[in-house]
Amino acid sequence: MSDLALDRQIDRSQMTVSDEVAIQITKMNKWFGTFHVLRDIDLTVYRGERIVIAGPSGSGKSTMIRCINRLEEHQSGTIMVDGTELSSDLKNIDKIRSEVGMCFQHFNLFPHLTILENCTLAPIWVRKIPKREAEATAMHFLEKVKIPEQAHKYPGQLSGGQQQRVAIARSLCMKPRIMLFDEPTSALDPEMIKEVLDTMVELAQEGMTMICVTHEMGFARQVANRVIFMDAGQIVEQNEPEAFFNNPQHERTKLFLSQILGH
Amino acid sequence: MSDTHAQTAAFVRDSMIQQQDPPVSQSGAVKWVRENLFSSWLNIILTLASLWFIWAALSHLLPWMLRGIWQADSLAQCRAIRDELYGPDVSAACWAVITERWNQLLFGFYPQDLYWRPVLAFVLFLVAIAPVLFQGLPKKMLGFSLLSPFVIFWLIWGGSIWGPVAIALGFVVGWAVTRYLTPVIGVLPGVIATILAPIVYWLLVAAPLAGLLQDILPLGITPVGSKDIGGFMLALVIGVSGIVLSLPLGILLALGRQSDMFLINKVSVTFIETIRGVPLIVWLFTASLLLNYFLPPGTNFDLMLRVIIMVTLFASAYIAEVVRGGLAALPKGQYEAAGALGLDYWNSMRLIILPQALKISIPGIVNTFIGLFKDTTLVMIIGMMDPLFLANAIRATTDWNGVYWELFVFIGLCFFVFCFSMGRYSLFLEKKLRREHR
Repeated sequence: MSDLALDRQIDRSQMTVSDEVAIQITKMNKWFGTFHVLRDIDLTVYRGERIVIAGPSGSGKSTMIRCINRLEEHQSGTIMVDGTELSSDLKNIDKIRSEVGMCFQHFNLFPHLTILENCTLAPIWVRKIPKREAEATAMHFLEKVKIPEQAHKYPGQLSGGQQQRVAIARSLCMKPRIMLFDEPTSALDPEMIKEVLDTMVELAQEGMTMICVTHEMGFARQVANRVIFMDAGQIVEQNEPEAFFNNPQHERTKLFLSQILGH
Repeated sequence: MSDTHAQTAAFVRDSMIQQQDPPVSQSGAVKWVRENLFSSWLNIILTLASLWFIWAALSHLLPWMLRGIWQADSLAQCRAIRDELYGPDVSAACWAVITERWNQLLFGFYPQDLYWRPVLAFVLFLVAIAPVLFQGLPKKMLGFSLLSPFVIFWLIWGGSIWGPVAIALGFVVGWAVTRYLTPVIGVLPGVIATILAPIVYWLLVAAPLAGLLQDILPLGITPVGSKDIGGFMLALVIGVSGIVLSLPLGILLALGRQSDMFLINKVSVTFIETIRGVPLIVWLFTASLLLNYFLPPGTNFDLMLRVIIMVTLFASAYIAEVVRGGLAALPKGQYEAAGALGLDYWNSMRLIILPQALKISIPGIVNTFIGLFKDTTLVMIIGMMDPLFLANAIRATTDWNGVYWELFVFIGLCFFVFCFSMGRYSLFLEKKLRREHR
């Protein structure tokens, strides 16, 4: 596990959590065929919270955050995002998706569009923002992720770390109120992980509500205000990072932590 | 390195070697010939055998072509000229049949004094298609491209100008419904109204409207019937209409086949499998004979129009399968990223999925187009005057009875020019997109 993020000085004072509910998941269940992949998930996320979800592979952590913007459909229970309930109503889904940004393990940039076009596409066609304005916003966020000079290149010409930062900028261009990260650093070389984590830390310091599925325990320690441990489709333990790492309660959590931090 | 080691070094270079040219046998044409033609005994034998074969073929073909006789009134006269020039046993092409009958091979029985109309139509077609094929051209030309089908239709078939105008207005009706009615009545009723309104207009309003306008302001050129259109012009009209119409239809069918909606999915699959599973000739017979049984008696539904519809449907089934291959080749992440950004289905298809899927499908799509274009010669079976039909008709006359190679070489060459251009364009497009998207 990379502890690259540990050397950062982080000012946690800005990262305030309000008592406004951003996401409310109640008794959510999901099956893949007959396989019960998510079981009775209950989770409340407040605005400004940074939540890290950890757990072994196949524990359902990616599936859970993919349910939040309906890339996966849940079969029972409710998910409320910003007060809108996720149902099969397409209007609600599109509304929630434009409020919730998502970054994927494999970036999923659009290879036939330039970096700038990748960033302006959704604002222009979903938010109906004029092209010039969308481009200004895109350049602003590209500067923020420190790659404005790549704006006119194609994704294939960028390194993995740069691509992931573009993917973050692309999501931010929609001015989302919540960001979901699905293992954003798992497909990257160790050297590039740091640049992506730096971007995420910066985002957290500005008070963005974030849910990150990640194996970067250093990042969890520093930035998260809550760590959730999942196994076998259920939430096994959740706690503040200090307590979670230093004093895990459940046997499964202890085993997991000893395995990933043990070397 | 320390000093002690330097003193005991076994070798020290005292002068550096300048850059030199490689030996003659290792560079340029000599190297290429050695590597590609004479690299081993087997290759030497194969090279010599190939050279002999090429020589044998050309030594028969070229004299026949180059000795060709261009001016004669009949095959008999051709032979007389040949006997006089080269002697009786020498083979010589009788190109005179082309000089004499090229107009029929190109235009069928289109009135000779009106040839300028299809020629102008062809030029307009080239102008209209240019901005679609090459992105460097001004976008305003696309407006003309949209208008061109009606102009070309009017130029070829002639008649009152108000006919094509009335038909074009149908699209304006559809556009107006989408633009002004859809925001009022909602998306789904809007789509249905957009499809239905022009159809109702074409069936009920268009013909009387055209007649009325013609009465008020008679404007028109000599009408030419579909039965007079033939030769290469016929192949082009059917081929180009088929190509232009089958691409959008094929894309819709491919999307339909991928759709989660049960009814749309099953309709698309049934359509594709039915059309694809039956030979084109059967569909052409259906178009020419069977449709008459189903249509109300007295309806005169132009045979050419029926054939164009059949050819379009046939090609669109193939296009659909080719495009489906492209859609399937895209990683799932592209669909997810488009969805996660909040793009709706049509926007994500139009902006994200199709540009990539079509890029992958270009070779297959162009392949289908080339096949479609050449398949237009099958309409000969239902009595339309395609180039092959006319070649047979020319050979049946007493003047040219016995000529065949010359006609078929000419027809083959005409088709080759178009099919080869399509193939080259496909390569150009692939290279351009590969360069852009790296």
